[in-house]
Amino acid sequence: MKPLIGLAARSLWNRRGSAALTVFAIAISVTLLVGVETVRISARESFARTISGTDLIVGARSGPINLLLYSVFRVGDATANVSLQSYQLVSRHPDVAWTIPISLGDSHRGFRVMGTTDDYFRHYRYGNRQALAFISGGPFMGERDAVIGAEVARRLGYRIGDEITIAHGIGEVSFAEHGEHPFRIAGIVAPTGTPVDRTVHVSLDAIARIHEGWQGGAHSTGATTRHPHDRDDPEDAPAEEAAQPALSGITAFLVGMRSKDRLLQMQRALNEYRAEPLTAVIPGVALQQLWQIVGVADRALFIVATFVVLAGLIGMLTSILTSLRERRREMAILRSVGARPMHVFTLLLLEAGLLALAGVVLGILAAHATLAAATPALAGRYGLFMETGGPGIYDVLLAGAVVGAAVLAGLVPAWLAYRNSLADGLTIRT
Amino acid sequence: MTSLAIDIEGLAFAWSEDRPVLDVPRLAVRRGERVFLRGPSGSGKSTLLGIVSGVLAAESGRVHVLGADLRSLSGGRRDEFRAAHIGLVFQMFNLLPYLSVIDNVLLPARFSAVRRERAQPDPVSEARRLLEELGIAMTKAPARPVAELSIGQQQRVAVARALLGRPELIIADEPTSALDSDARDGFLRLLMSECSATGAALLFVSHDTALGAHFDRHLSIAEINRAQPQLEQS
Repeated sequence: MKPLIGLAARSLWNRRGSAALTVFAIAISVTLLVGVETVRISARESFARTISGTDLIVGARSGPINLLLYSVFRVGDATANVSLQSYQLVSRHPDVAWTIPISLGDSHRGFRVMGTTDDYFRHYRYGNRQALAFISGGPFMGERDAVIGAEVARRLGYRIGDEITIAHGIGEVSFAEHGEHPFRIAGIVAPTGTPVDRTVHVSLDAIARIHEGWQGGAHSTGATTRHPHDRDDPEDAPAEEAAQPALSGITAFLVGMRSKDRLLQMQRALNEYRAEPLTAVIPGVALQQLWQIVGVADRALFIVATFVVLAGLIGMLTSILTSLRERRREMAILRSVGARPMHVFTLLLLEAGLLALAGVVLGILAAHATLAAATPALAGRYGLFMETGGPGIYDVLLAGAVVGAAVLAGLVPAWLAYRNSLADGLTIRT
Repeated sequence: MTSLAIDIEGLAFAWSEDRPVLDVPRLAVRRGERVFLRGPSGSGKSTLLGIVSGVLAAESGRVHVLGADLRSLSGGRRDEFRAAHIGLVFQMFNLLPYLSVIDNVLLPARFSAVRRERAQPDPVSEARRLLEELGIAMTKAPARPVAELSIGQQQRVAVARALLGRPELIIADEPTSALDSDARDGFLRLLMSECSATGAALLFVSHDTALGAHFDRHLSIAEINRAQPQLEQS
């Protein structure tokens, strides 16, 4: 074995042109496979850890997945709002421990703005029931305070005390700024690896305030009816929402139950609520449904990527088989200096293994480099947080599998060379 | 220790039943003896060399090389035996193009512990000494690729490789046929002197009778092989 590895490596180096092509073919296929797998796993984990500790998500009547997507993942838009009456009814229900209102529809430089109350900071949980923490500052205290996610702070370079304005709508570029109502950054939330990082949080009152006089998405210039007082105490916000004249409704709300026993009962009651068409979903169930849909696509991707790896290995097999004819002399020389047919066999297996190993290592490195480079874009645009801890156990297993498959494929040329070298002996046929 | 390097009696070999290739009643080469074996292509000489070097197995008769009964050894053992005790030089293209000159010479040491241990004081030093004695300029890096060598130089590198680790038997199969006459004489002189230096027996096969003068003994394959195959079967 040991005398052969060097020989195999140097024989390959001698044919480095075609060997490099083979290695690249394998590397590209492995890059694809690792990429697909990492995105798949990260997507699943990232999805699953986004929300935790919430018993129900309630929004206007729509599909559970749609509701989950816009309320938690900030993807897409709600078709309708939930009335404040319905929200208050639920939040005052004796079985309900807490509620978090969510009002979406505005943005700040491409980041979604979410109107809520400070119950959000008190009750929202993500990952393994982790509460939101602050890098600096704290929850918003007044109507002009904004709390930004870690990603927002990092990307836009914001600090506590900076002033920002928010824009109507959710595009990167907006022509309708709520310029007359600037916000001051009061807090920065520690990174969570969830869409919270990319959210600008303001109080529900502020949302109400800045939309005063806006109708149908356009600013009616004459409207100047200002609410007389700025509330500095949002503690009892849910109870006082009704006092906000401009806020007709919220996008959705999260519910925490006092007892899980009443959860299904509450869900049914909300789904059958007569006064307003509502949808209440259990986050875990909706996540699972979402994953069933996404899962089909990513299994398909995985299968495609696997076949691409197979194609890469077949390419390798072709190149080794082609080389065998012109290498019968090489085999005869090796036999004359004492190599056994078994050595010839092993030499070709090693060759296949080395080609695959080089391809796999190159592919994995390329995949992780690409993923690391693409992570900000993926996180920013699709809310996908990559597990970019570099190559891990999975990659080792993958490398083992691909090299193993390559060695299996290498049995074919190895066997042919073995037979040739038994038949040829020391005679050099050309 | 037997005094015979090659001791063959009643050897028969055929690739198929109706085409006997070899029928050798007797062939004996003493240790240290230099024997010229003359034979044209198609006379069965490649098959004979295959049997002596243990690549092919004889069907019947007695094949002893350096005292070892090759017919009683398995294929793997014969490979081991060849690696340890026999140095081979072919007509041409003896070298692996992807190894440097010195690595080509060191190949037997890679596959045989016996050759590795017998190389004095160590394989690399012996390889350098052999190359120098054979006139392969060591002033240039011995690591240079073999493709830069002339055919004559390549053949001398092949001799250095065959001699590394002092094998007791050197088999040379038409090693000079690709050389011009000047290079041929120089090559033969070097081969002879290196073989006497290590005391190795030399079985030299060629169809060029003019070379016979350098050798202790002449044989013709036609004399020793009673089967007269029409074609080289190898």
